[in-house]
Amino acid sequence: MMRVDRSFLVMGLVFALLLAAPFVLPLIGQAYLLNLLIKAMLLAIAAISLDLLIGQGGMLSLGHAAFVAIGAYAAAIGLDSGIENILVLLLIALAVSGLYALVTGALALRTSGIYFLMITLAFGQMTYFTLTSLAPYGGDDGLTLWSLATLFGSDVVQSGGHLYIVILLTLLVTWWGVHRLSNSRFGRVLRAARDNPERTEIIGFSVFRYRLTAYVIAGMIAAVAGLLTVQQAEFVSPALATWQRSGDLLVVVVLGGLGTRNGALFGAFFLVIVEEVLGSFMHEWRLLYGPLLVLMALYARGGLSHLLLPAPKVSDPAKSGAAKTGAHLVNTEQAT
Amino acid sequence: MSFTLLLIQCLNGLQYGTLLFLIAAGLTLVFGVMGFINLAHGVQYMVGAYLVFAFHQLTGSFLVSVVLSMVAALLFGLLLEHFVFRRLYGRDHLTQVLATFGIIIFLNELAKVIFGPATLSIQPPEFLAGSIQLTEQLRYPVYRFVTILAGLVVAALLYVTVTRTRVGMLIRAGATTPEMVSALGVDVQKLFMIVFGVGAMLAGFAGVIAAPIFAIEPGMGDNILIIAFVVTIIGGIGSIRGAFLAALLVGLFDTLGRTLLTEGLELVFPPSFSTQVGPALASMLIYILMAVILVVRPQGLLPAKGAA
Repeated sequence: MMRVDRSFLVMGLVFALLLAAPFVLPLIGQAYLLNLLIKAMLLAIAAISLDLLIGQGGMLSLGHAAFVAIGAYAAAIGLDSGIENILVLLLIALAVSGLYALVTGALALRTSGIYFLMITLAFGQMTYFTLTSLAPYGGDDGLTLWSLATLFGSDVVQSGGHLYIVILLTLLVTWWGVHRLSNSRFGRVLRAARDNPERTEIIGFSVFRYRLTAYVIAGMIAAVAGLLTVQQAEFVSPALATWQRSGDLLVVVVLGGLGTRNGALFGAFFLVIVEEVLGSFMHEWRLLYGPLLVLMALYARGGLSHLLLPAPKVSDPAKSGAAKTGAHLVNTEQAT
Repeated sequence: MSFTLLLIQCLNGLQYGTLLFLIAAGLTLVFGVMGFINLAHGVQYMVGAYLVFAFHQLTGSFLVSVVLSMVAALLFGLLLEHFVFRRLYGRDHLTQVLATFGIIIFLNELAKVIFGPATLSIQPPEFLAGSIQLTEQLRYPVYRFVTILAGLVVAALLYVTVTRTRVGMLIRAGATTPEMVSALGVDVQKLFMIVFGVGAMLAGFAGVIAAPIFAIEPGMGDNILIIAFVVTIIGGIGSIRGAFLAALLVGLFDTLGRTLLTEGLELVFPPSFSTQVGPALASMLIYILMAVILVVRPQGLLPAKGAA
């Protein structure tokens, strides 16, 4: 049965606009906006993966930027040691981030709720300090890359080639993949574990294993965003792993609308636009951005998805917005 | 590694530990009693440091500015509680995280706008400026001794308050069954305000006494907040005793690790390797400690069981 879902139409529209942008924007003399779009798309890829954790899994992570940084550093160190093929670099980034997620996830998932948040935050900070002490790769200052990855010698995956399209396709694949994943049996178990871990356990699912799998998948997706960041910025630095970056990702997911299909997408574009618009008004734009976050947290329940596309149907992910997942997080904690 | 250096590092670790305790105590109390996750707690530490700097500029007296800063930090905490945090108690953790993250961004930027992005420093007062002769070659600054002492005194006061007084009893009761406390006619709103105000004042006090030792700069509270989280996890959420033990443990581990680890590695590995890996490993040390404790005792070293 193929029912046309509104979230598909929205994504289709966004995708079409993004596809048209590199052709239209230079014609009207606004080619610099393409860089902003790239920034937003990279943010969206990482945020979609975080939403898999928070929206679907109820796992409040405040250390997700670490995975972006690990992906970026894996690629940068690979490039620095002479590996040029982006597919090989991708494999390295996936392997390193997956392994890191497996170890830290197995530790962090011994707890839940607020403990989980603090522990992911702590591991994120550990990653940051470890990266700053990598003296051979620039330490605090980061590493400028003189050569970038190629696809079997071709420069399509660089800024001079078609990096924009590559990132757009990656975004589409990520969106589609996470959508499929959350509609699968895996996704249903994950949501069941979010809403009632004890019952899910008693039915016979290992909540820990499902959560850990989701954590590893989310970490690997974020690492892909990191790898592409390197291709765009031609530079890596520990700043990628600061906890403020993780906070930004959280802001994107929550403002966009938790557990909604296009929330992370809306949130990412919203953040980049707000930063750009406020930043063009005043240098101290954070003086406005901070209170804006407080107001959004207090009054905009359900996020942008809710404001832009109010109450679709009584369908599963949209209904379980911020409030419900959150209330649930409190319950889990009291139970454990 | 000489014995003298080791002793100095131990004292430094102790001093760092007491500072961490002052911050973690407020964090763990606020979380334990209200179930409120306050990321902006670290910012209150920064506010304390800037306050003492500003008052010092105005009055010229360190002691007067310490007292004024404490009062101002308390008022600041109560204002935040009244206008923002009060609306967040019943909300989910994600909302609390988002709102307090917004407050951090705002206050860090505000500090930058008012005081500039450069680091500031103030001198410890004259009568605490000297140092004490401990052994033949070892002198240790009086001011650092005083901060250790101040931290210990506050810890003792806090412990007595929580375990021996009526307010403390209400706090402990509020941490376990807030509904019951409310049903028995206690003004929970007021109780929350007191706990929050005290927490903010403790963090502010930590900022005040840290100001002459560390650099005062925007964002100075962010890193220490995360260490305070680590302390809270190791000690057990809501537990004052746990926070105290864990704070000293983390303080000593971190300080000693930074000096001992590289030297220790040099005994086994070539120096070039040790100087590269040592610092990286040292900065990971407390997180590794946290991971080990999570494996052995996921609930923390001294979890709160009704009693704080």
